[in-house]
Order: sequence, then structure tokens, then C-alpha cells
Amino acid sequence: MPENRIVLRNCEIINPGRISTYLARDGFQALSKARNMKQDQVIEEIKASGLRGRGGAGFPCGLKWELAKNAPGNEKYVICNADEGEVGTFKDRYILENDPFTLIEAIAIAGYAIGTRQSYIYLRAEYHYLLESLMKAIDQARKRGFLDGFDIDIREGAGAYVCGEESALMDSIEGKRGEVRYRPPFPPTEGLWGKPTIINNVETLMNIPQIVLNGAEWFSQMGTERSKGTKVFSVSGDVKKPGVYELVLGSQLKELVEDLAMAEKVKMIQIGGATGRIIPYSMIETPLSFETILGAGAITVYNESRDTIDIIYRTLEFLAEESCGKCSPCREGTEALVEIMGRFSRGEGETRDIIVLEQLSQAMMLSSLCGLGQAAPTPVMDSLQYFRDAYENRVREKQGGVPV
Amino acid sequence: MSKTPRGISTQSKKQENLLVLLKEAQSRHGYLVQELLAELAQSLGISNGEVYGAATFYAFLSTEIQGRNVIRVCKSLPCFLKNSQLIIDSVEQEIGIKPGQTSTDGKFTFQLTNCIGACDKAPAMMINSNVYGDLTPRRISAILKACE
Repeated sequence: MPENRIVLRNCEIINPGRISTYLARDGFQALSKARNMKQDQVIEEIKASGLRGRGGAGFPCGLKWELAKNAPGNEKYVICNADEGEVGTFKDRYILENDPFTLIEAIAIAGYAIGTRQSYIYLRAEYHYLLESLMKAIDQARKRGFLDGFDIDIREGAGAYVCGEESALMDSIEGKRGEVRYRPPFPPTEGLWGKPTIINNVETLMNIPQIVLNGAEWFSQMGTERSKGTKVFSVSGDVKKPGVYELVLGSQLKELVEDLAMAEKVKMIQIGGATGRIIPYSMIETPLSFETILGAGAITVYNESRDTIDIIYRTLEFLAEESCGKCSPCREGTEALVEIMGRFSRGEGETRDIIVLEQLSQAMMLSSLCGLGQAAPTPVMDSLQYFRDAYENRVREKQGGVPV
Repeated sequence: MSKTPRGISTQSKKQENLLVLLKEAQSRHGYLVQELLAELAQSLGISNGEVYGAATFYAFLSTEIQGRNVIRVCKSLPCFLKNSQLIIDSVEQEIGIKPGQTSTDGKFTFQLTNCIGACDKAPAMMINSNVYGDLTPRRISAILKACE
């Protein structure tokens, strides 16, 4: 399946500093069309399109909007999650750099649909250098009268991976430590300051104007049964052409990694960043979709020279450092995983450590409070499934045996 | 805009502004002094613990003295695969301090950081808010010499 630029349709075509270049590409026509529709009609269109969240969890976007719209109360919020912190992800940065206007239009449509005049973009601290151009873009939209009393305020993070998790993100906007919340209640009923809130990833929102303009049917023709539209991937690591690629959902991993990014002698691929899946080269023909493997679209490629144990160890070190510390399965579990992986890394691992890794992983998946702790064991479990030899060889080496 | 003795602007007393106020205070004083945190808590009407908790939670806030140029070399895997260790060693050689340290002249703080979203330009680092990618030892030397 081919590359197809829907989310990135304006990137490197318009001038992100000049709204006129965006208007020449149908800019803000979707917003004006949406405002001539009933709120429910807009939501129905998004629901019918099959658009699912692009931040990793894949929750149906239209359903989220409907829940917030139907929640009681007049005070509601739209939040755009621009806290792109997943290791190996930079697609949202690319979007913000190249096409802030589509995002602004999409946020305004979301605001209209759920019935609010207040929205926030939560921008990670590492992207502070994008703040000025983003504010200028909002200002231009406002001056042209497109926002019509609708407020888009930018709130900056201060350096915390976990704040990309929606409940931690809301706590951060409220001026607190970015710790995750117990759920339910979910944000569409009780979110920011306890009010109904929708939180959408940058990329999810980027799809909205085109869906409103071209209709749900146009959008849902692309992709697989449960994964409609396209996905933007950030490809890095052992590839000749790292960068951002947009493919129709259901495209093969092989097409992305070998044909577009030009990877050679691939050993394994990490899909979805630190908490994502790790698969061996033999699975390179896997289609990329919600039904199979996707995450937020971070693709880190490792060639045959890379040490699996070392990669997993470093991944776990990252997660232990970024655990918010609120729940013990994650706080203590990630530390324990680092300790055990460290032993394997130093050649001190034992057979019983493998069993502990598996048991601990199961416990963390079942009992952690949020996606970080629930998915932290994924790289461990995947590597034990596909690269068990790497662990067992370390044990053999320690016992003075010959690796197989 | 009213001012507290140490010059923290308190245009709003809602906790919502805590992170902004902490960043403001940090850019004014270089880091977050203990007494300042207490003053901030009082002016916002929240506990010292709440303020200290936030101040120590986020990687870009510091309760320890920081240099004028905070160098953050990315240590995450995409940069690691592009030999970020060489970048770390080069910075160390250029400015004579190790990760986690601040130079005695107050010019540099050297830190390692997690993914900064510049993996397509790996290896990468930040100095204050600026991102530098496709780093080489030679380029690092030039970048650091240009710092004031």
C-alpha cells in the first residue's frame, strides 16, 4: 500500500508562518462547514470515519467527543496533547513545525463539537523552541476572525515523559506533579479541574479537517477493518533515511523500514518506543495497524550488530527514571527490572532470573495504574519470546559454558 | 502586577500558574532556592510540599545551582545507536566536567536527558532551549565555544 499524505498534506508545501498559504489549500473551510452543521452531525461524521487516537491507545475519537458533549455542565475543555515524549517519536514535532494551522482548525472544530470555548495545547518543555511559531499561528487565525471568541492557550510542560499520559497531563496543567489519576472517572466526564474534557493527540486532530471536508466515507475507505486512514511514523536508528513517513494503515512494516527508510541487515525493530513491542526481522511483513502492532508510530530499527540485552536494559532504565512513582507495581517494578537486566548485561544473570522477569512482568501488567507500568514489561516479555537465546547464552557464559 | 520580596510575579494566585512561576523564578535566579519555594507556596495558598513536590518532579526544574548554559545530551536509544557516547565524551573533554556537574565558573551545567524528539538528527543535544542535531566532535567544539 502506498504512502499517502493526509495528515502531512500541507507539510513542506505551505509556509507555516503565513496563514494565506494555508487558506490557499482549503484552510479553515472545514471549520466553517462544521459550524454550519449541528454538533451531533460533526460528531457522527467523526464516529462514522472510524478515526482512532494516534497517541498509542487507539480510542475511537468520535466516541470520546460524544461522551464529552453529552456530559452535563457548561464548562468543558479540549486539550491537544503535544507532549510527544515517547522514545523515537518526532512526528508531532514535524507537524507543529510545518503545519500549525491545520491543528488550530482541528482544535476549533473539536471545541465546537463538544460545546466549549476553551482549549489548551500541552507542549513538552523540550519543544519550547516551537512555542513562538505556534503562538504566531494562533494569533494569525484569531486576527482573521476564524477563532471567533474560541481560546487556544498553550501550556508548557517542564520535562516529564509521564505527562504524555492523559491524566498526568491534566494534573500538570493544573500546576501539580504529573502523577496519573485513578480511573474511572474518565476525562470525557471528569477531566481537567473535574470538568468534561477531551484529550487528543496532535496527529489525531490533524485528520479532523479533511474528514469534515471530504466525509467519513472517503476516510473509512482507507486502511483495514478496524484501522481507518493513515498513520504517521517516526523512523530512526539503523536506517539510511531516518524521518517521518505517512502510510495507509495496514501497510507492511517491510515497506516502511526497508523500502522507504532503507534499513539493511535488520535484527529487530522496536515499534511504539520504550513501552512498545520488539519484534525480530522474521516478522518484517507484519501489517501496521491497531489489530496488529502500532503504538504512536515510533519505529526504532536495530541491525545485526546490536546487543538485545543492552537495548532492553537501556529501555528499562528509561522507564524506571520516568515512572511517576504513584503506584508501587510500576515504581518498584521498573527498578527491579533494571536491576535484573543489569545483571544480564554484566553477565551475572541466572536461570532463575528469567523466571523472576516473567513473573514480575505479569504482575506489573495486571496491577499498574497506567500505561507506563502496564506496558513497561513489554520489551522484556517480547525479548524473552523472540530472543530468549540472548538471555540463556549469558547464563551459559557465566557458568563457563559455550554460548549456543 | 504585585511583587513578592524576591520578585516573583503573582498576577494570579491559582495553582494553575505554579509551573510557569517556577520557570520564571528559575530563569531569574538560575535555580529554585528553598526560601523562594516557601514564598511561592504562601503566595499561592498551597503547601510547601505541593510546591517542592512539583519543583523536584520535573527534569527542567532544578533546586540545585545551574550554569548559564544547560547542556542536555540525549541518552535515549535512537541517539545511542548513533554513538551518543562519543558526544558525551566530547562535551566532557571540551568543558572539563562530567554529566551531573556544573562548572565552577557557572558557565555550564552538563546533563544527560531522555529523548528530545530529534531522533532523525541523532545524535542530538539541547543547550537551554535550542536543539543541535547531527553532532560530531568538531561541531560540538564550535557550538560550545560560541556559548557565553
